[in-house]
Amino acid sequence: MTTPALTLPEAVAERPLLAPPAPADYLHGGGVRSWLLTRDHKRIAVMFLGATSLALLLGGIFALLLRAELLTPGPTIMSAEAYNRTFTLHGIVMIFMFMIPAIPTVFGNFLLPLMIGARDVAFPRLNLASFYVYLTGSAITLTSLVAGGADMGWTFYVPYSTTSPSAVANVAFGVFVLGLSSVLTGINFIVTVHTMRTKGLAWHRLPLFVWSLYATSIIQVLATPVLGMSLLLVAVDRLWGIGIFDPALGGDPLLFQHLFWFYSHPAVYIMILPAMGVISEVVCAFSRNPPASYRAIAYSSLGIALVGFLTWGHHLFVAGMSLLDGAVFGVLSMFVAVFSAVKVFTWTLTLRRGSVSFETPMLYFFWFTFLFTFGGMTGVAVATSSLDIHWHDTYFVVAHFHFIMVGGTLTAYLAALHYWFPKFFGRRYNERWATIASVTVFVGFVLTFVPQFLLGNAGMPRRYYAYPPEFQWLNVLSSGGASILAAGMLLTLVGLVYALVAGPRSDRNPWGARTYEWLSASPPPTENFEGELAITRGPYDYHLPE
Amino acid sequence: MAEHFESVERKDQAAHLGMWLFLASEVLLFGALFAVYAGYRVEFGYEFVVASSHNSIAIGTTNTFVLVTSSLFAALAVHAARSGRLRRAAGLLALTIGCGLLFLGLKAVEYGEHFRAGILPGNHYHYAALPTHAANAFFTLYYLMTGLHALHVTGGMVALGAVGYRAFRGAYSAERHLPLELAVLYWHLVDVIWLFLWPLLYLMH
Repeated sequence: MTTPALTLPEAVAERPLLAPPAPADYLHGGGVRSWLLTRDHKRIAVMFLGATSLALLLGGIFALLLRAELLTPGPTIMSAEAYNRTFTLHGIVMIFMFMIPAIPTVFGNFLLPLMIGARDVAFPRLNLASFYVYLTGSAITLTSLVAGGADMGWTFYVPYSTTSPSAVANVAFGVFVLGLSSVLTGINFIVTVHTMRTKGLAWHRLPLFVWSLYATSIIQVLATPVLGMSLLLVAVDRLWGIGIFDPALGGDPLLFQHLFWFYSHPAVYIMILPAMGVISEVVCAFSRNPPASYRAIAYSSLGIALVGFLTWGHHLFVAGMSLLDGAVFGVLSMFVAVFSAVKVFTWTLTLRRGSVSFETPMLYFFWFTFLFTFGGMTGVAVATSSLDIHWHDTYFVVAHFHFIMVGGTLTAYLAALHYWFPKFFGRRYNERWATIASVTVFVGFVLTFVPQFLLGNAGMPRRYYAYPPEFQWLNVLSSGGASILAAGMLLTLVGLVYALVAGPRSDRNPWGARTYEWLSASPPPTENFEGELAITRGPYDYHLPE
Repeated sequence: MAEHFESVERKDQAAHLGMWLFLASEVLLFGALFAVYAGYRVEFGYEFVVASSHNSIAIGTTNTFVLVTSSLFAALAVHAARSGRLRRAAGLLALTIGCGLLFLGLKAVEYGEHFRAGILPGNHYHYAALPTHAANAFFTLYYLMTGLHALHVTGGMVALGAVGYRAFRGAYSAERHLPLELAVLYWHLVDVIWLFLWPLLYLMH
């Protein structure tokens, strides 16, 4: 409590020559045990980075298998049953094990305390527990592989999910446990933002990434339990035949869809909001400009989080819904597009009169903006119920949500990985290599999913194993794109692993960014900051000296 | 444990906020079941009313008194802890847990009567007096909601037992007894949820 407040970076730059050597960074010291039992948010983030990257790899392998199968109209490499199980696991792994947890648990965990000048998150032990709950949930989910796979799709629709002979209960229970991990992280982040901000860090000085994590956490805490309960009901039904959604026992299958989407639609904002936070940081750092409107970006995150709770019905336009309900849900869904557009315009305006440079994270900003805008506009299209009736359950919807969710989350994840790589590991990646990888990812992505828009519009239903021969050329194009995307991801992996081992040492703040995490060393010491940090300026004050 | 907080008060504030957020997520967990109940109540209307009249108002209401009384004991325990009378707090928590046990005992009696009558959840249901789908759905929901609630009662008793034991051993003081306050907060939520289940399952006919 008595440590004098230091105003960094003077404290770092002018450390007296005779001072004791700087404390070891968080990466060093202690053995495997000290990692596995650590309460340091940075080490937990690195462990999450490993775990979620494995999930991404696994989900990606499933995707490649699917695309290989769809190269020909008939059977190619697997049976129809195997195909159903593969797309189910692709969806489950990518959504619940990668996209929902990835950015909050990796970058949120690492950066949230650093960005608010705190020593750690509010509940470090709970944070570690969240990691092990995540591992447990993932393990339970993957036991379904040993049990022969599950084939109900990631949406668990009853009555099929309660009657399918495959291992649905394992997946349902696994996802329930993964949800618990999500709730724990959400509670931790909200409390951290409220109680751990350092001196001088008013709400309107919070970096925008913190705002987006805060909005995400609200959704995680309030929506996840509903999904948990719904999936638990499916699992209990399979065990004891309670038939709460079974029409033969008086149940209503549609009610399950309502409950499922009450979580699963807000869940897409759990995936995209942290991504928007990353993008806000990247665009400011690489145009050396404050955001065109800080409040527009911050408040639109909260707007998306709140309106996102009221749009779930647009998944049920063709499932049985009155015209009035359809219209209300359609319009509410479009409100999300308004908030999103506010963000896109603000980011674009941020470039104006900036000193823009095109390092890899910035490239990903452009890919994100392109994919997100394109995906968002098709989102308004499918929120229009008259159009949705044509596109529902076709590849158009598949392409739409891959543009938004994967195009959004994956590009932002990669942007974050490159942008904060020096912060995490104190090393630089090779810019040229990363640029090539980034362009490859983008080209592969567009080539994979643009043909799927065309396929869907031509009427090809999603999740089908076989298709008429006239759809083949577009499917081959899409599979080719998937291979390029995979190659881009592989290039990224190789480049970053090489940088981790042999990359040149990084400065404390290689990008010259102004957000507060760069005020600590790169990689940061275990206690994050030497002494107590006092904040005397905003996070995007590029007109002031750092 | 408080070293990464700027002060002890800040740490208490964080713990309280964390608990409230956890309670909010618990409300949403039950909320899913309340939503199912609402959906089916609208769908079946009168048949739900008939089914709910087969539950014993006497047991349901007695249980409500038992739980509200338990919350009173719990609140008095917090009061005692704040004024440093830890033995007294531990005793009051023991009374709270006693009420919890009584509640579960009465619940078991009620379940037993239902079982004998053939009122079982889902496709095990064979209650001759009410052979309708709607009654089946009502009693499935009855078991799901009261069952989940009973699990929470059990969890709450374990938590109260743990903090009560530590209060008895003198591990707390008038200033530092945060876990006790948080456990009681949780117990109050369990009580409040019952106050919603009681009318929905016993009274609304």
